[in-house]
Amino acid sequence: MDHLDVLEQKSVHILREAYASFGNLCMLWSIGKDSTVLLWLARKAFFGHVPFPLVHIDTHYKIPEMIEYRDRLAMEYKLYMVYGENADAIREKRTFPDGNVSRVDCCRLLKTEALKNTLSGEWPRYRLNLDTGKYELDTNTAAYTGVIVGARSDEEGSRSKERYFSPRDKNNDWNVDDQPPEFWNQFKTDFAPNTHIRIHPLLDWTELNIWEYIQRENIPTVSLYYNHGDGKRYRSLGCAPCTAPICSESKNVQDIIEELRSGALAGIAERSGREQDKEDGGGLETLRRDGYM
Amino acid sequence: MDEVMNVVIVGHVDHGKSTIIGRLLADTDSLPEGKLQMVKDNCKRNSKPFEYAFLLDALKDEQSQGITIDTARCFFKTDKRRYILIDAPGHIEFLKNMVTGASRADAALMVIDAHEGVEENTRRHSYFLSMLGIKQIAVMVNKMDLVGFKQEVFEEIKETYTAFLSKIGVEAKAFIPVSGYCGDNIANTSENMPWFHGGTVLSQLDAFESTPLPDQLPFRMPVQGVYKFTAFGDSRRIIAGTVESGKLNVGDKITFWPSGKQTTVKSIEVWNAPAKDTISAGEASGFTMTEQIYIRRGEVACRSDETPPHTGVRFRANIFWLGRERFQKDKHYFLKCGTAKVDMTLESVERVVNASNLSIVQRQYVEKNEVAECILRLDYPIAFDGNDVVASMGRFVVVDEYELAGGGIITEPLSEYNYDTRNIRWSGGSVNKMQRRELMGHDGLVVWMTGLSGAGKTTIAQEVERRLVSMGISSFIIDGDILRNGLNEDLGFSEEDRVENIRRTAHVASLMKDAGMVTLVSLISPYEKSREAARKVAKGSFMEVYVKADIETCKKRDPKKLYQKAQEGSIKNFTGIDSPYEAPQNPDVLLDTELWSEEECVETLLDSILGRINFTGTRK
Repeated sequence: MDHLDVLEQKSVHILREAYASFGNLCMLWSIGKDSTVLLWLARKAFFGHVPFPLVHIDTHYKIPEMIEYRDRLAMEYKLYMVYGENADAIREKRTFPDGNVSRVDCCRLLKTEALKNTLSGEWPRYRLNLDTGKYELDTNTAAYTGVIVGARSDEEGSRSKERYFSPRDKNNDWNVDDQPPEFWNQFKTDFAPNTHIRIHPLLDWTELNIWEYIQRENIPTVSLYYNHGDGKRYRSLGCAPCTAPICSESKNVQDIIEELRSGALAGIAERSGREQDKEDGGGLETLRRDGYM
Repeated sequence: MDEVMNVVIVGHVDHGKSTIIGRLLADTDSLPEGKLQMVKDNCKRNSKPFEYAFLLDALKDEQSQGITIDTARCFFKTDKRRYILIDAPGHIEFLKNMVTGASRADAALMVIDAHEGVEENTRRHSYFLSMLGIKQIAVMVNKMDLVGFKQEVFEEIKETYTAFLSKIGVEAKAFIPVSGYCGDNIANTSENMPWFHGGTVLSQLDAFESTPLPDQLPFRMPVQGVYKFTAFGDSRRIIAGTVESGKLNVGDKITFWPSGKQTTVKSIEVWNAPAKDTISAGEASGFTMTEQIYIRRGEVACRSDETPPHTGVRFRANIFWLGRERFQKDKHYFLKCGTAKVDMTLESVERVVNASNLSIVQRQYVEKNEVAECILRLDYPIAFDGNDVVASMGRFVVVDEYELAGGGIITEPLSEYNYDTRNIRWSGGSVNKMQRRELMGHDGLVVWMTGLSGAGKTTIAQEVERRLVSMGISSFIIDGDILRNGLNEDLGFSEEDRVENIRRTAHVASLMKDAGMVTLVSLISPYEKSREAARKVAKGSFMEVYVKADIETCKKRDPKKLYQKAQEGSIKNFTGIDSPYEAPQNPDVLLDTELWSEEECVETLLDSILGRINFTGTRK
């Protein structure tokens, strides 16, 4: 087994443990490269099937190509595709692009709040009808008790402290100071009512591993990750107003792998194009404690 | 270069682990520039001198406290391989984090402060490393700059610590004198200690050996699940799991333990990968069988031509306890070993060991952060191996309430019949579960079916009961309406009365279950608390089934015309109308009667029940 096999097998094991342990399980899909690899790994784990809903939090400020790609893959893979949103904040224009709140508060409203209430089922969920290609109100409104997330420990400081199975209390809060032990491939799968568990199958993967795996498995990705001739590409995808491309000549997966291996990006943090991180003191932990991915 | 090794750094608090890692990262050019600058800027803003340790303490509150509270992982590489360095906290309060970090490692670096010498957690961490199964340990005697780089100090610590390690059966691979602060013998050979010729921390890391995959040992694959995804016309029934050890080929005869059921491997299943007919250690895989036998999660697939594992309900084990509450007798726990999860009790504590000075205490409970030799007793048998066959198959964890509270290693299987049942069962009955199982041909189980009125609970229960009985399984339905006409005739529909109604029903159901019946309870049971209480009464032999249908659907079905009456106001406190229904957060079985046909619901429930009752198909 090579290093990608080792990572893949561990992730598949974790996904299967999650599936066995939670009656109401879902996977968050941000449309980015990491959670798309995660989706692929789910199909590996369950032999072509994805036996739980994929949940996307739509801020309505995502780059349009991301939404097109999401729905195309959802139809093709026959996914149980669900999205949630903070309809009130968007209607009342309490957003950063509208000029009414800071970047961090905008993240909190459009992502963290929307996520919390979508997971708990308190706000409406919209499910893709695979026959019509349109989204409809989802009749399943039960709280998700297991939430699979594509966080990687090398992304930034706070994520390196994560467990594979990480409990969140009823307010979605992450108690970093008092995390349960995790050893011998045994995970925390028991939880008190009204709490849920975040599951992180990609914790041991690096950015380079992700791209190597995308190449090996030929996983379709959004074209925003590649340079189309203007010397720029996105390294990390988020909302259009707060995400900037990096300078790079990489036109395809192979180019990106070489770029990462060469160390050309070693001096630049992966999320350097994500403006909200800087506003949050560089650590992202204020947002993450409140349930941010 | 694609090889990856996980290495944990352990040691007493403030002996300088984080500084050494910070140094390693900086001296091997492994830091993103932004990160170093960010930490330096932060230090400047807070008017404190930059320290290498701050690189790892990425969380704000950690920096303010100055101690590592959790395991942090960082990545770096040498010419030989890539490393994941796990920084484990040295403070006793965070022992569970140290265990988490260390269990992921192939090798360990132990840091000892040259100035302070071997301390309490130096010894405790060593003990835990040996229990966790970490075989490769190298020792760094740090802060040599504070003792004038003197060889005598180094030699003395080496001698003291070697003596301790030999008592717990561990041999260090190397001792290296270092200074994290100055960078001596970390990545570069020290000029301050010409008397030392044993290399640097970096060269020692490269000298560690990768843990080989145990594919030469007997085949073991704990079953994670039996998958039958019928979407898109898929008819495969796949046994899925990660191969712990050994090899398996298509055509091999296999036995599942502890059930002892046998079959033959028909195919190895893969998705988006080349077809194959062999799987081996480390692979997360799946296979189909020539016969469709009932297998459930928790069994271990083994090759029939190799050494079988032990099966049993009672054994001696070395355990370490990390729980907030002490580990004690007369309390219910779960044991998780492989993918099995079974009810467990502590039968006796043989001795408690103080992991930091190896003194022994005799008492019948184990406190947080202690190590002990215990005798444990399970309600149902599991399959496991001794340390001499497949070491990882003898490791288990203990769950207390919702918490993962301890870990252990099985050291000796014990006979079940030495066991004195009189101490455990309140009824004092001398017939135990195993004998009852032999008599009935299966175990008892409470199948608690909750859902709105009209969701389909009774319809499904009746059909499941009919099929169970036709298979020779003793089964009985407890209907909420029938109890209300007798045992519970004094109760109404207020919240208080409903709770009492459910409490009584739970106890009746549990007694019938103890008598060996598969007891189907069909009851709206709207409150989560009551259902949780019912689960506790049944001591784990309990299956919560959520029969799900939307309130609007139930109103339309309305078989007893109750919704109509409730809406007209002639019935009060009707669930879903003017009384709440708390849907199960995590039912053991979910039957969605809007999406699935009655037949699909019945089959799913039947499958789930058969997976829980150890049905042998023969009655005494």
